[in-house]
Amino acid sequence: MATMKTTAAAPVRGRSLWDDALIRLKRNRAATLSLGFLVAMALACIIGPLLTGHGYDQVYRSYVKVGPSLTPYPRAETVAPAARRALRRARVEVGEDIVIGDGIVRIPVSSEGELDQRIVRYIDRGDIFSGARLEDLAADGRSAVIVADIEQLTFLFGTDATGRDLLTRTLIAGRISMTIGLLATVVAIVIGVTYGSLSGYLGGRADLLMMRIVDVLYSLPFIFFVILLVVFFGRNFVLMFIAVGAVEWLDMARIVRGQTLTLKRQEFVQAAEALGVENIGILRRHIIPNLTGPVVIYMTLLVPKVILLESFLSFLGLGVQEPMTSWGVLISEGARDIEGNPTMLLFPALFLTSTLFALNFIGDGLRDALDPKDR
Amino acid sequence: MTAMTDAVGVEPVLDIQNLRVTFQTNDGPVAAVRGVDISVSKGETVAIVGESGSGKSQTMMAAMGLLSDNGRAEGRVLYRGEDILGLPLKRLNTVRGARITMIFQEPMTSLDPLYSIERQLCEPMIEHGGLGRKAAAARALDLLKLVGIPAPEDKIKAYPYELSGGQRQRVMIAMALANDPDVLIADEPTTALDVTTQAQILELLADLQKRIGIAVVFITHDLGIVRRIADRVVVMKDGEVVEAGQTAKIFDHPAHPYTRMLLDAEPEGEKPPVGEDKPIVIDGQKVGVSFAIPRGFMKQPVLFHAVEDVSLVVREGQTLGIVGESGSGKSTLGRALLQLLPHSGRVHFDGQDISNAGKQVMRPLRRQMQLVFQDPFGSLSPRMTVGQVVTEGLLVHEPGLSAGERDRRACQVLEEVSLDPAMRNRYPHEFSGGQRQRIAIARTMVLKPRLVVLDEPTSALDRTVQKQIVELLRGLQAEHRLTYVFISHDLAVVRALADTVVVMKTGKVVEAGPTAAIFEAPRDPYTRDLIAAAALEPMHGRVVGA
Repeated sequence: MATMKTTAAAPVRGRSLWDDALIRLKRNRAATLSLGFLVAMALACIIGPLLTGHGYDQVYRSYVKVGPSLTPYPRAETVAPAARRALRRARVEVGEDIVIGDGIVRIPVSSEGELDQRIVRYIDRGDIFSGARLEDLAADGRSAVIVADIEQLTFLFGTDATGRDLLTRTLIAGRISMTIGLLATVVAIVIGVTYGSLSGYLGGRADLLMMRIVDVLYSLPFIFFVILLVVFFGRNFVLMFIAVGAVEWLDMARIVRGQTLTLKRQEFVQAAEALGVENIGILRRHIIPNLTGPVVIYMTLLVPKVILLESFLSFLGLGVQEPMTSWGVLISEGARDIEGNPTMLLFPALFLTSTLFALNFIGDGLRDALDPKDR
Repeated sequence: MTAMTDAVGVEPVLDIQNLRVTFQTNDGPVAAVRGVDISVSKGETVAIVGESGSGKSQTMMAAMGLLSDNGRAEGRVLYRGEDILGLPLKRLNTVRGARITMIFQEPMTSLDPLYSIERQLCEPMIEHGGLGRKAAAARALDLLKLVGIPAPEDKIKAYPYELSGGQRQRVMIAMALANDPDVLIADEPTTALDVTTQAQILELLADLQKRIGIAVVFITHDLGIVRRIADRVVVMKDGEVVEAGQTAKIFDHPAHPYTRMLLDAEPEGEKPPVGEDKPIVIDGQKVGVSFAIPRGFMKQPVLFHAVEDVSLVVREGQTLGIVGESGSGKSTLGRALLQLLPHSGRVHFDGQDISNAGKQVMRPLRRQMQLVFQDPFGSLSPRMTVGQVVTEGLLVHEPGLSAGERDRRACQVLEEVSLDPAMRNRYPHEFSGGQRQRIAIARTMVLKPRLVVLDEPTSALDRTVQKQIVELLRGLQAEHRLTYVFISHDLAVVRALADTVVVMKTGKVVEAGPTAAIFEAPRDPYTRDLIAAAALEPMHGRVVGA
C-alpha cells in the first residue's frame, strides 16, 4: 500500500452513511411507494389546476353542489327546463318542442308583440348556453327559434356550495397545504437546529438561559398566539408559515439540543477541540452533519403535523382566506354539508389523509434506514 | 487444571458440527463462519482464540440461537446428543439460559439498571427453576458468596450502578450459574476489566469449574489468558478453524503460521534512551484536577479530586508512560496537560507557561500538541471522509492552503501511516479498527506536532494490530523526534514504548522512574500487583538499556 505514488493515486469513491441509508430506504417497499405517491401528488397539485379547465375561483351558478361525474354537464334532460327557466322573465311563449343536438339547442319562441332581439341575453346569462342568437325569425317578427351552443363542462369531483369545481379547488388547496407544510418545516428546522445545537454545544449558563426562553415560549397557548398575530398583522398567508414555524421550532430545538449534548461528548468532537477548531467549525463540521439523521426523521413527522395544524386553523377560520383555499378549509366546508353532499368532504379528506399517510410511511422508512444501530 | 484434560475422551456435552453462519448485508451475503467443529466435555475449558472478525463470537451466538435478524446458521449443534439448532423458541429456552448459559464482555450494560441484584438473580430461578421467592433469595445469596462478592448480604440489595465493573461481572457469572448449567460460554468476559480485576475473575472461573465441574467455552483474543485457564485451544481465522489442540502443544509447537503470529503478537523491544541534554518539552508541576459534583439544589457541591499533585517532565524525543487502572485519573491528567481541562499547578510547554491558558493563547500551540484517543470508532466523525478528517487541522492552522494542496498533504500523511491514499474519499466505517487508529494518528501527524498525548491508543485493538500500531508510533517518533505521553493500562505496550513510567492510583502517583527499573524492581506493592496480574512474558532476549 505504502508503495503507491502520492500523486498517481486516484481517489476511490467511498460509500457514505447516506448512501447506505438510501440503499436501505430503497429496499423498503412502503417508503418507496409513498415517496412515488408524494411526488405524483406534488406534481398533480402544481400542474393539475392548469389542466382542469376551471379556475379555482370560477363560480358556476348553474351547477351548485353537483355530484362528481365523468360525463359532462349539462345533462340532456336538464337543458329544456333550464332554457325555460332562463326565458321565464323574457315574457315570451316557449314552444313545446325544444330540440337538442350536436351541442346546439333550438328553442322556438313566440310572443304577442314583436320579439325583442335582446331576449337572447337571458339565455346567455347562465353557465349552460353561450352564443345565443335568433334564427328563423317569422315575417311578423312574432315567432322565432333561439339557437344557442351548449357549454359542455366536466366536474370530476363535482362542485362546492358556491358552484366552483372541486377538483381544481382540491389541487389548489394541496398546493397551499403542502407549501405551508414545507415552508413552516424549513423555518422550524433552520431556527430549531441553529438554536438547539448552539445551546447544547455552548452548555453551562448559555444553555440554561436559552432553554428557559424555550420553556417560556412553550407556555404560550398556540391559538392565543395565532389570534394575536392575526389581530396585529391581519390574515396573511405568509404569516401562517411564521406562526406555525415559530411554534414548531421549539420541539426541534429540544430534540437537537439533546442530540448535541450526547454528540459533544463523543471523541471526535473532543479530537476537533484538541486540534484547536473553533466553536463554529465544530458545530458546522461535526455536530450538525451528525444531527441530520434525527432532524430528517423529525422533518417527515413535522410536515404532516404542520399540514394538520394549518387545516385546524383554517377550520377555525384563522387560516387562508377565500377564494384561496387549503385542504383544511375544504374539509371544513364539506363537513358543514356532510348530509346533503358527502363528496364535498370525501375528496379533500382523501387527498389530505393519503398525503399524511405517505409522509408518515416515508418518516418510518427513513428512521429505519438511518438507524445507526442497524450497522 | 491439567487433571481436567483427562476428561477429553468423555462424551462431549456440547458438540458443534460443521457450523456455517451467513449474514445478508447490503453487499450481498457474507460468510462469517464456514464449517466449524468444536466440542467441549464436562469439566473442560475450551478457548476459542482469534482476532476480531474471525467469527469466534458468531460461532457461539449461532449455537445459542442469538444471531441478529440478517444472520442464518446451518450445521448441527448437539447438546447431549440433541440438535438444538433451529429448535422452536420455547423448546430452545429449556436448554438456553438453563443448561447452557452465557456471559458477555460488557458488564456495564448486561445488567438492567432499574432492578436490584436480588431481583435480577431471582427472576430466572423463579421462571426457569420453579423455585419459590424465599428459596430463590436464599440461593441468590449463596451464589453471590460463591462468586466471591464482598459483603454479599449488603450487595444483594444493591443496584448495578453501585457495583464496580468486576463486581458486576461476578454478578453476571452468578446469574449464569443460577440454574446449575452444564455449559458456560464466556465471550471475552474480562476484556473490559482492569488487569487486577481480570486476574481475579479468571481465578474465580477456574475455581468454580473445579468445584462444580461445568464445561466452559472461553472466547478471547488474549493468548495470555488462554495459557492460564484453557485445557484445549481452538484457533479461528476468517470463520474457519486453523488449528486446534491441547493448550501446551499449541503454545509450544504452533503448527499454523497464523497461530505463530498470534503468539508473537506481544509488542517487543524497547526504546533507546534519549540524552538528558535534550530540551524539556512538557513540564508539569503539582498538577491537580478536581470536579465539582453537585449534590442538589442550594447545597455546596462536593469536590472530587481526579488528579492530585502530579509532577512530570518529558524531554524531546522521550516517551512518558502513564500506567494505572480505570479511574486512576491518567486520562484526566493527559487532558489537563493539553489544557483541555482546567487544572491547578503549573504546566510549561517548551518553556512557555500555559497553565489554564485561554483559547486564543492555545490555538497556535494546538498544532504542536496533539491527542490520540482510545476508541478508533468514536474518535472519527462518521460523516466526514478520511481526507476531510485528516486535513481538518490544516483548515485551522494553515487556512491559506488551497484544496489541492490539502489533498496532497492528506495523501502524504496517509502514506506515512501506511494507508493507501486512494482511500481518502472513503468514510471511517469502511475501515477496520487498526486502520481507523492509523487515520487518527495521521490526523495528528499532518500538523507535524512536537508532543502527542496517546490515550490508550492500542487498547481497543487486537494484539497483532496493536503490535503494528506500536511499530508505527515508534517509527514516527524516530523520524520526527516526537515526544509522547503514552497513557495505557496495558503494561506490555508501555514497556515496549516508554522511557519513563508513572504509575497512578486514585489520582496520585504511587511510583515513577525509568521503565526498566519499574518493571524489574517495582517498589510499591500496587505496582507489583499490576505487573503480576498482567502476566508479562519475561524480558527474554531483551537488551535492557543500551
